[in-house]
Amino acid sequence: MNDLPRTQHIIASGAIAAVGITVAYISYTQEPAAAFVFPRLIATVFAILAIWTFVKAVLGRTKVGQGLSGQDMRNLLPGLIVTLVYAFGAAKELGFYTATTIAFFILLTLYDPAPHTEAKTWIKRVLITAGFMAVMYGLFAMLLNVYTPREIFS
Amino acid sequence: MEFLYYMGDVFTPINFGLLLLGTIGGLILGATPGLSPTMTVALMIPFTFKLAPEQGLILLGAAYTSTVAGGAVSAILLKIPGAPANIATTLDGHTMAQKGEGAKALQISFIASAIGGLFGVFLLIFLTPVLATWALAFGPSELFWLAILGVTVIGTLDSSSVVKGLLSGCIGLWLATIGFDDIMGAQRFIFHSSVSGGINVIPALIGLFAIPQVIAMFAKGRSNVDAEIIVVQRHPIGAAFREVFSRKRALAIGTAVGSIIGLIPGVGGQIAGLVAYDQSKKMSPESAKFGTGHPEGVIAAESANNAMVGPSLVPLLTLSIPGSPTAAVLLGGLLIHGIFPGPALFTQYPEVVWPFINSMLVGQILMCVFGLLIAGWAANVARVPRAVMAAVVLGLAVFGSYSVGHSMGDVYVMAALGLAMYFLERFGFSAAPLVLGLILGPIAEANFMQGAMIANATIGQMAYFFTGWLNWLLILIVVASVGYSIWMELRQRRYTTKEDAQA
Repeated sequence: MNDLPRTQHIIASGAIAAVGITVAYISYTQEPAAAFVFPRLIATVFAILAIWTFVKAVLGRTKVGQGLSGQDMRNLLPGLIVTLVYAFGAAKELGFYTATTIAFFILLTLYDPAPHTEAKTWIKRVLITAGFMAVMYGLFAMLLNVYTPREIFS
Repeated sequence: MEFLYYMGDVFTPINFGLLLLGTIGGLILGATPGLSPTMTVALMIPFTFKLAPEQGLILLGAAYTSTVAGGAVSAILLKIPGAPANIATTLDGHTMAQKGEGAKALQISFIASAIGGLFGVFLLIFLTPVLATWALAFGPSELFWLAILGVTVIGTLDSSSVVKGLLSGCIGLWLATIGFDDIMGAQRFIFHSSVSGGINVIPALIGLFAIPQVIAMFAKGRSNVDAEIIVVQRHPIGAAFREVFSRKRALAIGTAVGSIIGLIPGVGGQIAGLVAYDQSKKMSPESAKFGTGHPEGVIAAESANNAMVGPSLVPLLTLSIPGSPTAAVLLGGLLIHGIFPGPALFTQYPEVVWPFINSMLVGQILMCVFGLLIAGWAANVARVPRAVMAAVVLGLAVFGSYSVGHSMGDVYVMAALGLAMYFLERFGFSAAPLVLGLILGPIAEANFMQGAMIANATIGQMAYFFTGWLNWLLILIVVASVGYSIWMELRQRRYTTKEDAQA
């Protein structure tokens, strides 16, 4: 195992161990104690296993998990940002259909390997986006009557 | 043989039309990532208001049967289980699809589903009184151990590291405790308003399975390499039948495990596929092939998750105790029509119950026929470019999780869990035990608390949870399952180390 995944394993298992210890601490200190009987049971096992995993990572004995390469991070970062903005902000602020149209089109543009210089490529992307949105509207708005947050353009 | 007397009722034009509608619609909705059987049946209940009780139940029963089978489509082609019941199908089904055997995997999954499903419905018909008595033997302590068994089996099965698998299960069990405590009403681990009502399983399921796939597609970048997600080759249906019937062991294990688990109130089918997969793997002489695209993995998982459908209705129809979350929604459908399930149901409403059960029998065959027809068509999903697939799955995930409770909180939970799961997967953790922990957590806690109260008033907690042959049997299976997986992991590591040393 090279140094980068080892460091990543230490960070990841350290974060999980921190969550495990926090959960155990809350379970044993929060009141009413009767409401935390089952969480204590879980949290104890959770914390022990998490610390075990962390110690193994520190000792460099982690056998499973490849971590993330720099190239992976560079590739996924734009899509990750679009996903975060879409799910945590735009869907509510702009409305589901507007936000989904924008996010869908941006993701197609970012990850479609077709050349950006050809008009045909852009027409195809617009048509795919429009087709997908038509299906989504038909399924969720018309068939299932799902009332989504108000659209910014409505 | 009373059921034969009512068989003709299934074939009246309206009833058969509803059966076809429920079957085809259920297959399509089941194949759509994020639309689970529970959600589909719940969404269909309003459509049954104006129907006669038996007609409404036929529609809901057909949808229940076919969405469970339809969930295999997205599990195999996209590695996104349509429902928790299809988790195990991803393990070998998606690997088969990656090897170009997507159509074959779909065909054997529908055939195995139909065989398991038919057996399950026959159990429902013939053994209802006997099985209901047997199911009553499960008290709180046994149900608690059963839930723990579910998490540990999955924790040790679906992970190349036993510790990380069990840790994933613990994270799921902890997530299940978030929200308000049922008995005291106390707040537990509510760190954001989105989780004040607890974590809804459906958005969590969508997030944990769909979002890591989306991000994994992003991680491959814009390159033309591997632009086709999976290559699907045509496969003759006759060969699929021969394949299924040549794997009798996996089929028998899947059907038996699914039937038994479906019968146990409250546990339902979520773990049926995984337990059947695990048992089939352990009993197979080709256990090393499991996880590498072995047809037995698909057969065991799919026969189990459909075999549980019929038996899961036994405790519902005889005791008013739903055997699965979808059965709980069906209970709502019965109550809407003024029908209260119980031991007298078959004598008071035979004209409702028998056509409903018979329709499930016919529905299994229709599901198989239409499933085999759409198998070739559904394989086209695999030809969609990666960029389109990522964007479609992301859109469906956001809409699907929102539509569960019309809540943005569910979307936030889905996205947060999905993002966290992607990074966890990169470090050797897997989603299946986490989801099982989340699903079985409330069952484990409710029965643990109920058992503790009974124990405190009677023989004490240690004596209550650790006596009785059924408790000990379940405890032994938990210990044996964990022990076996640790032994296998150590053995594999020793061989790997020896090979490394020789190299």
